[in-house]
Parts: sequence; structure tokens; C-alpha cells
Amino acid sequence: MNRFRQSLSRILAIFMKETIQLRRDRVTFIMIISIPVFQLVLFGYVINNDPRHLPTAVLVGDESRFTRTILSSLRNSEYFDLTERFTSHESAETAMMRGDILFIITIPPNFSRDILRGETPSILVEADATDSVTVGGAIAALNQLPQQLALKDFEGILGQNNSGISSRLSSSAAPLTESSVHSSSSQPISFEVRVHRKYNPEVITQYNIVPGLIGVILTLTLVMLTALAITRERERGTMENLLSMPATPLETLYGKITPYILIGLLQVTFILVIAIPLFKIPFEGKLWELYLSAFLLILANLTVGVLISSVARSQLQAMQMTIFWFLPNILLTGFMFPIAGMPIWAQWISRIIPLTYFHHLMRGILLKGMTGAELWHDLWPILLFTTLTMFVAVRTYRRTLD
Amino acid sequence: MNKSTLSEKNPMSHAESNYISHPTDDLVIDVHGLTKRYGKHTVVDHLNMQVRRGEISGFLGPNGSGKTTSLRMMCGLITPDAGTGTCFGYDILSQREAIKQRVGYMTQKFSYWEDLTVLENMEFVARMYSIPDRRRAIQQALRELGLESHQYQRTATLSGGWKQRLALAACLLRKTELLLLDEPTAAVDPQARREFWDELHRLASQGVTVLVSTHLMDEAERCHRLSYIAYGKLLAFGTAQQIIEQQKLITWSVRGSNLALLSERLKQEPCIQDAVIFGADLHVIGFDESQIHQTLEKYTKEQLCTIEHYMIIRTTVEDVFIYLMKKTHEASAPTGGKP
Ligand SMILES: Nc1ncnc2c1ncn2[C@@H]1O[C@H](COP(=O)(O)OP(=O)(O)OP(=O)(O)O)[C@@H](O)[C@H]1O
Ligand SMILES: [Mg+2]
Repeated sequence: MNRFRQSLSRILAIFMKETIQLRRDRVTFIMIISIPVFQLVLFGYVINNDPRHLPTAVLVGDESRFTRTILSSLRNSEYFDLTERFTSHESAETAMMRGDILFIITIPPNFSRDILRGETPSILVEADATDSVTVGGAIAALNQLPQQLALKDFEGILGQNNSGISSRLSSSAAPLTESSVHSSSSQPISFEVRVHRKYNPEVITQYNIVPGLIGVILTLTLVMLTALAITRERERGTMENLLSMPATPLETLYGKITPYILIGLLQVTFILVIAIPLFKIPFEGKLWELYLSAFLLILANLTVGVLISSVARSQLQAMQMTIFWFLPNILLTGFMFPIAGMPIWAQWISRIIPLTYFHHLMRGILLKGMTGAELWHDLWPILLFTTLTMFVAVRTYRRTLD
Repeated sequence: MNKSTLSEKNPMSHAESNYISHPTDDLVIDVHGLTKRYGKHTVVDHLNMQVRRGEISGFLGPNGSGKTTSLRMMCGLITPDAGTGTCFGYDILSQREAIKQRVGYMTQKFSYWEDLTVLENMEFVARMYSIPDRRRAIQQALRELGLESHQYQRTATLSGGWKQRLALAACLLRKTELLLLDEPTAAVDPQARREFWDELHRLASQGVTVLVSTHLMDEAERCHRLSYIAYGKLLAFGTAQQIIEQQKLITWSVRGSNLALLSERLKQEPCIQDAVIFGADLHVIGFDESQIHQTLEKYTKEQLCTIEHYMIIRTTVEDVFIYLMKKTHEASAPTGGKP
């Protein structure tokens, strides 16, 4: 009992020391608060403001009223700033490579003839999807194009030219409108828009980002903070003092980690409070289940931090190792690219990383209302990872100055 | 005590003979053959050391001789490459945690948290050692080192001496049975130094054991017992008086003109170990009384540097230590003569 009290007293001592140091370390403290805000505002700005007037090259192979109608409709949407100055596809592609234009829209030769014949010609749209968030809205607008035109403008054109054909108008991309026009049609005529997303096949959606951002922010800040908190003691020489005191490695780690658990939970709250109203993210699941998941991810990250600190010889090395750990967390966990599209070896890595499961949990809890036993499927890998890492971290934690 | 006749040839023998003569004493520290290597460099070389309960044991040696390394090994901060030992009967290799409960170690380099205030640092220590009646104990320790008025000050903003006082106060606060102090009074002013040593003696009289490294000879003379190491080897062990007697060094105080030149000349004489100027006096150290007498006599007739007057005085521990260090250095580097 007395030993237990002494042990608690030591944990409390380290906890308080760490908390005071954290509070006094302005830069770190600002980082803890500002990283979530900064990230949310950055992502939020891009998501909320559907960017317009994107530079677009048009290669017209068929001068016709159809073409003119399509182009003016594109202009009216305000997503595109059209230019017809490019004479060849190559020159347009070069411009895209340079980043001067984001889209190449090609209207093929015989476009109007094919429409009138009832075939379904394609307008080819090539999009520079490296900046996928930016082009996302514009692509959505493009996909709407056939159905909008089918309804309004083409009817007019066809009516002027040849009233007999107007009854055959339809749009392949618009099943809803089909019935309204279809009633009198014998053979539907239409065109389609083929979008080629260049460089980045997957477009991130806003729902993907905010739940993902919770895990990314926790990973980014917490691994680094713990790794630095311990290597800092070595670098400043206070480790010699700390190690000569009677705290066991486990007591030291408890005392050092606890403030960061609180910091992590605070960050989660912060992100939720800002993001949910700002991006109108649905919250279908249970709050305590979200916090439980977050708690486990925080623990996982802290143990990684501890592990890094017992390998790193200096704060700089700890920083480098944190970045090394951070990269697969960003790239391989489904935050940026879908896991299904990765090579098998990368998928295996993603299966080790707790953040992968956490992303799944967050999407499940926030968007789908996943609850109870369904969560367990993603919770146990995080738990297992944490336990193993903690075990290795405590084993490798250096009790001496050697 | 067995006063070895081999003393001049083998300084180790003194340390060993003293150590063997008290094997059954109440030993708080008892280490044998402690060895630490960094790369090819053997920093501590088969060190034996015993410290008895309630004793203030001084640990002396030139810079880089391995004092800090030895202290770190004794409190389990670094692992020795060879050797065994106990601290309070606990094995220094396998029972580190038990040792740490009972040892207060003060590092040579200041190692308290600079972003905490003085008081916060003290509270941290008090909690770590579960000190009863924490507030009062802290205030008392602060008062003893005159730190009361600085207690709300950030440690980073303290002057060097005040930082050292904080480390001392934290040491006194721990109330552990053994204090390992690595140059505790470096940068502390003489008055605070004296008060701290008074405090150490008070603690020792209550049964606290102290092993303290120092470069200051007045502090060495306040220790019950001294260990002197150089190049990682224990060269002398015993009370200050014993160490002086063991070496059989004789010191003359010489007065004369042009002492600088005189000391240069005397150092060249084979029978003289050292000649050091102390203000108007030159201390000449050696073994063979009659030979040195003759040599000094010779210089009374010199032109450039003349001895006017000389007499035998008490040899100091400092003289002995410097002699010991030079001797080991020459032994380990046989090609080099006198510097
Ligand atoms: N971590 C280390 N790596 C390599 N060499 C080391 C290390 N620590 C100490 N040494 C070497 O060990 C030797 C003894 O160092 P130590 O600090 O024990 O000396 P000291 O007696 O305390 O000296 P001082 O009086 O200057 O404090 C020195 O030569 C030092 O360079
Ligand atoms: Mg030292």
C-alpha cells in the first residue's frame, strides 16, 4: 500500500513537471492548438469555396451549333475560362503540364453529325487531377452537362433545324429526364462526357477529409511531442538527474504520457467543435465511442513516440524518425489514396498502421453510425499495435546513460 | 596498519592495504574491479572502493581521471564493463531500483529543469522521494541555502552559483542515506561552501554517508577519508594524514631571489620532484632529505637566482596528489621525460 502510494507520488511528480513544462513551452503549446485550426481552415477553405474560372483549353473539331451551345453552357457555369488558342492537342498538353491550364476539352470531328445520327459521340475532358480538390466541383458540373443540355438547349436547336428529330432527343447520362422526353422517341440521341482524371485517379471528398483529419492531426502532433519530450531530457542533461531518481521506467512513462493523452483528447474535441458545424459533417454514431477510438489512437501514437525516443540520440533524430513514421501514415492509410488501389506490399503496411483502422472508425462512426460490435473489428488491431509497441518501448527504454 | 615498504614503487599497494584492513566494517559502498571503457580508452581501471557508514569520503583526481564515471557506475547510471559491487548490500548491476531509493546523486553538470521555478523543482524532488511534510521540508532546505527569496524565480534565470545552490538544496531535501556528490560546490562562494560542508558533517554525524568528488584541497581536508584516482586507477586511499605519510614526501619552503628561474632550475634536479611558487615562497618537494639539502645549499651561491633561506614544512595533500599524478603519467608514457 505504502509502495503504491510512493509510486503514485512519483507518477504525479513527473506528470506535474511535464504539464508545467508543456504550459511554459509557448511554441509547442501554440502548435498543439494551431495545427488543428490551421489544417481545418486550409482544407475547409478549399472544400467550401468551389473554385471557379479554371483555365481550360478547348479543341474544337466540329464547328456547329451543338458545339457553340455546349461551350456557352460551359461558360455560363462559371467553372471554366475557355480558350481556343490551342491548335493542337500536344500544345494543350504541354500547357497542362506547365500548369497553365487545368482542363482540355476536346470536341471531336463529326460531333453534330453523330448526334443527329443517333450515335453517342463523346466529348473528351482531360483534367489535371493533381489538384483534385480544386477540379472536383468542375468535374461534377461537367458530368451534369449532357442532361442539362438535353433538356433545354438541344431541344431548341433541333426544333429549329428539324422538328422531326426533336422527339428522338435523350441523354444517356440522365436517367431521370429520360422518361420525360422518351415518351415520343423511337431512337434516343445523345452525347456523353468522358472525363480522364490525369495524375491522380481518386478525388478526395470533403467527407473523407474531415474524419481523416482527426487521425492525421493526432498522429502528427502526438508522436512528435512525446518523442521530443524524452529526447529533450537527454539533450539537456536532465536525464542523468531523472535516471538517478527512484522512478521505474513505467512510472516515468506514465507520468510523461498522461499530459499528452489529455492534449490529444482536447484536440479531438477542438476538431469536432470546429469541423462538424463548419463542414456540416453528419454525426451518426455515439460520442463516447468516438472518444474511445480516439483514446486508443492517442495511446498508439504516444507509444510510437516513446519508442522513437528510446532509439533517437537527439531531438533532431527524433524529428527525422517522426517524419519517417508520418509519411506512411499519410500515404498508406487511405487518407489520400484508396487502399484498394495499392500494391499488395503497401496494403500490408497499411494494415499495420493504427491510423488505417482509425480512419475507418471515424468514417464509420461519423457518417455511417457504426456502433457496438462493428467497431471491434477496427479497435482490436489498434489495441494490439499499442500493446506490442508499448512492450518494445518499455524494453528498449534506456535506464542508463550508456 | 600495515605500512607498505613498497610504497614508492607501487602506489596501488596503499589503497589495497587500507582496504583489506577493514573488510568487516559497515560498508555502504563496496565495489571491486570496476572497469569502464569507451572505445579503446579505459576510463576507469579496476577500481576498488569502500565507504563506511557515516563517513564523508572525498574523491579526488585530475580532470578526466574517471571520477564522474565511477560515481555514475556506483548509482547504476552506467553499466560497468567489468567488476562487481554493492551499495547498501544491493548489487549495483541487478538491483539498481532499490539503490536509487536510498541514494541522492548530484550531477556535476547542473541538471535541474530550467523551465521550472526553484520551488517547482524542489517539489518535484520531494514528490519523487515521497518526503513527508513536503512544504516544510522544502522551505527548510531552501532556507539553509539562502534560496528562499529566489523560490519563485525560473531556474534558467538563476546565476551559476545559485543554480548550484538549488542542486545542493535538492540534495539535502532528499534525506537519503547516501549522497553521491559530484563537485557539489563548484562555482559556489566560500561562505556557502563552508555552510554546506558544515551541513554535510551534521548529516554524517546522523549516519548519512557521503562520497564527494572535489578539486578543492580545503574540502579534501574536511573529509574523513580520501580516495585519489588518476587515469582511472586508484592511487591513494586513506585519511589525508595517512596519504601524506605513505608517500614520505618532504617539503621545503624556500626564500630567495628570482623564484621563477629558481623553480625552473630546481625542477631539472633529479632528486627534486616539484618546485611550486606560493607568493614569496617556493615549495620544493622530494624524498631524499640529505640530497635535497645539498642541492639547495648549492643554490645559495648562485648568481642569477639565489636561495637566501630554506626550511622543512608540512607536506600538503595537494603536493602528494600532484606527485602521484605525474608519477603515473610517466609510468604510462615511458618515452616522455619530465614536462
Ligand atoms: N560517454 C562517453 N564517451 C566517451 N568518453 C567518455 C564518456 N564519458 C566520459 N568519457 C571519458 O572518460 C574520461 C573520464 O571522464 P570523467 O567525466 O569520469 O572524468 P572526471 O574525473 O569526472 O573529470 P572532471 O574532474 O573533469 O569532472 C574522460 O577522458 C572522458 O573523456
Ligand atoms: Mg567529473
